[in-house]
Amino acid sequence: MAEGPVRTGKLRGNLPPLDLYVPEPRYRPGDTVDYTHLEIPEPGLLARPDEACEAQETWPLTLDMVRVLGDDDQAVGPWNPGLDPETLRRMLSTMALTRAFDDRMYRGQRQGKTSFYMKCTGEEAISIACAHALAADDMVFPSYRQQGVLIARGYPLVEMVNQIYSNRADPLKGRQLPIMYSAKDYGFFSISGNLATQFPQAVGWAMASAIKGDTRIATSFVGEGSSAEGDFHAAMTFAAVYNAPVVLNVVNNQWAISSFSGFAGAERTTFAARAAGYGIAGLRVDGNDILAVYAAMEWAANRARAGKGPTLIEHFTYRAEGHSTSDDPSAYRSAREAEDWPLGDPIMRLKKHLIALGEWSEEQHAAMDRDLAEQVKAATKEAEKNGILGHGLHHPFHTMFEDVFEELPWHLQEQADQAIRERQTKWPEWKE
Amino acid sequence: MIEENPVSLHDAPSRSMNMIEAINDALDIMMARDPDVVIMGEDVGYFGGVFRATAGLQKKFGKNRVFDTPINECGIIGAAVGMAAYGLRPVPEIQFADYIYPGLDQLVSEAARLRYRSAGEFVAPITVRSPFGGGIFGGQTHSQSPEALFTHVAGLKTVIPATPHDAKGLLIAAIEDNDPVIFFEPKRIYNGPFDGYYDRPSRPWKGLPGSQVPEGYYKIPLGKARVVREGAALTVVTYGTMVHVAEAVLAEKGVDAEIIDLRSLVPLDIDTVEKSVEKTGKCLVIHEATRTSGFGAELVTLVQERCFYHLEAPVERVTGFDTPYPHSLEWAYFPGPVRIGEAVDRLMKD
Repeated sequence: MAEGPVRTGKLRGNLPPLDLYVPEPRYRPGDTVDYTHLEIPEPGLLARPDEACEAQETWPLTLDMVRVLGDDDQAVGPWNPGLDPETLRRMLSTMALTRAFDDRMYRGQRQGKTSFYMKCTGEEAISIACAHALAADDMVFPSYRQQGVLIARGYPLVEMVNQIYSNRADPLKGRQLPIMYSAKDYGFFSISGNLATQFPQAVGWAMASAIKGDTRIATSFVGEGSSAEGDFHAAMTFAAVYNAPVVLNVVNNQWAISSFSGFAGAERTTFAARAAGYGIAGLRVDGNDILAVYAAMEWAANRARAGKGPTLIEHFTYRAEGHSTSDDPSAYRSAREAEDWPLGDPIMRLKKHLIALGEWSEEQHAAMDRDLAEQVKAATKEAEKNGILGHGLHHPFHTMFEDVFEELPWHLQEQADQAIRERQTKWPEWKE
Repeated sequence: MIEENPVSLHDAPSRSMNMIEAINDALDIMMARDPDVVIMGEDVGYFGGVFRATAGLQKKFGKNRVFDTPINECGIIGAAVGMAAYGLRPVPEIQFADYIYPGLDQLVSEAARLRYRSAGEFVAPITVRSPFGGGIFGGQTHSQSPEALFTHVAGLKTVIPATPHDAKGLLIAAIEDNDPVIFFEPKRIYNGPFDGYYDRPSRPWKGLPGSQVPEGYYKIPLGKARVVREGAALTVVTYGTMVHVAEAVLAEKGVDAEIIDLRSLVPLDIDTVEKSVEKTGKCLVIHEATRTSGFGAELVTLVQERCFYHLEAPVERVTGFDTPYPHSLEWAYFPGPVRIGEAVDRLMKD
């Protein structure tokens, strides 16, 4: 027998067949929920490293959880930011306002006033604490669930509603899906529906700030689900390579539409632990504890401003409602999950803390809720004067063709002319 | 040769450059004029780029403004979008057009849409430079011409120079433009024009008319084509490397063709094309990129829509084949003199 070419490799034996592992969440609709597997440390136990520390000093924290507010409603430990009662009350009312706004806009969508809405119920602490911990002109590159940042920074509610209704006063001229706000004057980047694209952009903004010798920093948010995107790796790599003054946040709310966090790798390790692979600082916080979130954001912001580079923060929380108005979570997860969530509700926790401090009361809280509901109602009434989606009051027709380029090229001018001709047939009663 | 750029008509001192030198000169001038211009990309810093387009710029302007990047095109374009949001004017280099795809989402969904979706609050005045096209034995991953992917995207401009003179003026215009621009550099003609005959000695740019580059700042407006040669018998619409191939083939065939170098595909100078076809009654569209859904399809359609009653023959297109760019059979793929010659013969037979 002629000798064949020499090949290396073991001889094929009697090997077992391979089997693809596909993650499955613990609970499905109708299941009872048991959260004893979650390791939730007592508040106040974790040390707070110096903001200028070596990145690796933070890595044990990425496998743990920074918590400040305990079950006894007291704020404890080295991460307690020691905020004055006035600031605490402001954060409380901003969270409550965000929830009231969400509730009203959700109903507005159900009443046919717009096409779409996304609530952030249960996650209010994250964006609102971040907005308070940052400087007012630090730049935020949000995902679609950081409406709390805009509200905390004082963006007018009526402008938000105008955007949601895509009406004639919509600052984005009716071009964007509801809630995809853009507010440059409030340091709030235009929201994209393409997930995680904002992460490397925030790093680029932070690099630009460093190039220019500015003092402002950038921050960005992604969900745990979209941390699986290549953009996440791009952002982390660039942030690490250029020591960018940026705070990168993963809001781990457990669910990406119907896909549980296991599909982004949560069964293996925490999202914060990814920081170690890039050699940057990382923190993992109780995302329903507004004091812990504030402390983590403040720590990371100070670190970035001191030229010590980026931090990755995982905010451990729970998406208490559907992904959006187009989603029905009862079709894929147990309703008990939200009810039994062991980290509670961020508004209730801060409220109880303020009451425990003697700085707040149930009566004050109820009165505040009534005021906020009125405030939201007034904003929606005001916005409705400018129209609701599909009822004829929107931006002038020709604005559809503007801003594709700075100047209108001939081919778009021709298409605009056609659209106007079509309008005369389709909607002869049209008035601008 | 008709030169429409007024700068060349006055007496600005000029010198002969190849296309790399002209691009380097444009970058140098813009870096000096505008402190917001930054250059980033793989190997563009200390080394000066694999094609040397950014040579010397880091040394001159510092590491803060000219720097190497990780090998991550998504990150390069994504960071550039963020820098633009800050107020900078980034000029990222993608080392080969074939490598641009990991950055596609950031270009298509972000850079191109930012002005529209934010109603003008945020803009992305980014110029993405990238060598493209074949003819250098680059195989299928260093030879592609993906311009049609970008001309299809609302909000992107696509610019392709064919001479050192134009490369400098167009690049300056692209950097100053407030919209994102894809600037594809035909790498086969970096060092000299190419007549399509791969087996003939290559010619350097030195001394040739298109290589005479004025000193200092000048712009060639985007959306203004160049009539390379006036003629009455046939209109040839093309860009990049194929401008030179077309020139050589038609000269050899002795056809009195009007050759139009588009310079930019979006915005497109349709007036120059229309006027020419109305005069000649015949039109040949040439590009190196693959055929199906190529930019040639757009050009042929526009000519048919606008010049039908002037046409004396079907509009022809000559393109690369719908295969990946083969390494050993590069010259079988390339739309060279034989393929162009056949189309010219068909058009001129009546």
